[in-house]
Amino acid sequence: MNKIVEAEFLSDNIKKFVIEAPQIAEKRKAGQFVVVRISQTGERIPITIANSDIEKGTITIVVQGAGKTTNQILQLEAGDTILDVVGPLGKPTHIENYGNCVVLGGGVGTAIAFPTAKALKKAGNYVSVILGAKTSSHIILRDEISEFADEVYITTDDGTEGLKGLITVKLKDLIMEGKIDFVLAIGSIPMMAAVADLTRTYGIKTVVSLNPIMLDGTGMCGGCRARVGGKNVFVCVDGPEFDAHEVDFNVLKQRNEIYKDKEQLSLHQCNIEKQAVLLEKQQSGE
Amino acid sequence: MSKVLTERMKMPTQAVEERICNFKEVNLGYTLEMAQTEADRCLQCKKPMCTEGCPVSVKIPDFVGAVYEGDIPKAAKILKMDNILPAVCGRVCPQEEQCEKLCVLGRKEKPVAIGNLERFVADWERENIGIASNASKEKTGFKVAVIGGGPSGLSCAGDLIQMGHEVTVFEALHEIGGVLMYGIPEFRLPKEIVQEEVKALEKAGVVFIKNYIIGLTETVDELLERFDAVFIGVGAGLPYFLNIPGEELNGIYSSNEFLTRINLMKAYKFPEYDTPMLSLEGKTVAVFGGGNTAIDSVRTAKRLGASHAIIFYRRTQEEMPARAEEIHHAIEEGIEFLYLVSPLKFNGDSNGWLKSVTIQKMELGEPDHSGRRKPIPIPNQIEDIEIDAAIVAIGNGSNPIINQTTPDLNVNKWGNILVDSETMETNKPGVFAGGDIVTGGATVILAMGAGRKAAKSINEFLKSKKWNDNNNIVSLPEW
Repeated sequence: MNKIVEAEFLSDNIKKFVIEAPQIAEKRKAGQFVVVRISQTGERIPITIANSDIEKGTITIVVQGAGKTTNQILQLEAGDTILDVVGPLGKPTHIENYGNCVVLGGGVGTAIAFPTAKALKKAGNYVSVILGAKTSSHIILRDEISEFADEVYITTDDGTEGLKGLITVKLKDLIMEGKIDFVLAIGSIPMMAAVADLTRTYGIKTVVSLNPIMLDGTGMCGGCRARVGGKNVFVCVDGPEFDAHEVDFNVLKQRNEIYKDKEQLSLHQCNIEKQAVLLEKQQSGE
Repeated sequence: MSKVLTERMKMPTQAVEERICNFKEVNLGYTLEMAQTEADRCLQCKKPMCTEGCPVSVKIPDFVGAVYEGDIPKAAKILKMDNILPAVCGRVCPQEEQCEKLCVLGRKEKPVAIGNLERFVADWERENIGIASNASKEKTGFKVAVIGGGPSGLSCAGDLIQMGHEVTVFEALHEIGGVLMYGIPEFRLPKEIVQEEVKALEKAGVVFIKNYIIGLTETVDELLERFDAVFIGVGAGLPYFLNIPGEELNGIYSSNEFLTRINLMKAYKFPEYDTPMLSLEGKTVAVFGGGNTAIDSVRTAKRLGASHAIIFYRRTQEEMPARAEEIHHAIEEGIEFLYLVSPLKFNGDSNGWLKSVTIQKMELGEPDHSGRRKPIPIPNQIEDIEIDAAIVAIGNGSNPIINQTTPDLNVNKWGNILVDSETMETNKPGVFAGGDIVTGGATVILAMGAGRKAAKSINEFLKSKKWNDNNNIVSLPEW
């Protein structure tokens, strides 16, 4: 049982949680994740660790509502507990002084890119960050990132903040402006695939963080296997970060859709339950 | 006891047509009367061969004799002296390869049903007087960390607590039991029974810490700072895949994933439980492999509604390593068997969903190093078979987490930890190992035997503080 000490919405659909997990806080490095289960009937889902505080013994995770479990997590508040939190899992990000780095965070991917961007800065890199989202209210952590990043750019699909258009447009501008030694891109599969295609043309080393379906997170099930460099890899123990130019994004997308119909059914039922609770409250005069 | 030959008492089972629609246990267990009748068949040999066939040397004639006398508490006590998980072993041990294989009766007729009697005694104890917990009254003050809550870890912990040591078991998953929880299906080993055994150990003083991955949450070296000895029993790890084209298609599972979804995560109760499983209702499911895990997977697929649940095996039934009773039950349940076939590639549709498998037909050649006849391809005998889902059950490699984070621990080229086969000592002072992480995928009882062996030498090490530097560290044979 891990207590939530802080819970705060970063956008209408993305929430930040600070959780008591002293052992994990002490051990985790940028790029690693935890597996979380919130109830006895719940599923196990992987969530990247966004930050940690060794003194307070806490880790920070950022969750976007997508399916039933993530939507249930969004309803948790400070003082609530999470049944199971296990980690830190996966390999830490390889950090070195590359020189000029660009870190791209798409939507909730920003939370995952955040610790690595910070670590890159600490290693002596010049770090430019591009945050991309559909609309301004979906841009998260802009202040936290501005604190350490050398340059911060924002792109939105609808133009409500920063540059209107895709995140890759801004990346291409930066590539045109000067030499870039390293790119880290974390976001939706189409976003990471687009970044990989672009940087491949210019021969820029690029790393992405994959988020496939996982079960145990320790290499035991093989459900998270992905095609990287023409080989099967287990993202949980071999990753989650890989050379973007080697990743088969089509296979990643295809495998993430295995339970699409089940997830919708589950989410639908979850919404019905939510409405039933609301209705009950209304009827009892609350 | 009777000298007249009598027939071996049949194990009552759930009717086939019922059981393929539920996940309840297939075997129903003997009644006291049935158990006594079966126990009466035992010849009470002066030199019991059965005990020699048992990896943990249970005093079989003694406990069977107590069953015959109707003194079940005594029988339980005798059993527990050598086996802390009899309710589990009575159900999952390959008795026909061990104790029952050597039973003298077996030369003329069927051997005594030792496994069924073991199960009866353990169930009777649990249901009537509660599982006895044998904590030692005298505490030594020594602390031992056991890594992994599976069969080897549980048996090691059970013995160590009896010896008076403080024992903490660290488990990576959210339930204790390892393969007994995630691997072996409910219809063969009810999860409640495993949890009762765990509770008994807890009552005896064993501390269980779940969601804790040694190597990541805390390293072996850090454990050594706060414990006097460490036992590594983390089991088999990464599932092997066939390494043929198309294995990334949707609908292809490792048996580990398939069984974990169903057993540990209860995906068969979706959406009551949140973990999903593909709908197998009316589908054709192919399981590749011939061991217990393959049979567990194919019978699970049948219970999930598969219209055709088929074993694809590259040899014949003769060479199948699965437990005889499981093969027998599978045949009863309408499981289909395709022998002498080897998959070449999986074929999918444009959306990445599995549609068929291309197989190569085989024939048996000369015996290989395992003593089994080696399958060899028959030229030009290749065909496509339509399937909707595939489960790959061809074994496991070792999990890399402990090795990667304990670089001075000696392992072989497959990542299995090297130990002295007599003492289970590794090359690292104070660290012992046993079970599948040492042997590669084997059986529950062999892992338990290794856990007990390790407990004995951990006890000696704690008392003498002597570490044998010239120990005979070898790679154990592959099973």
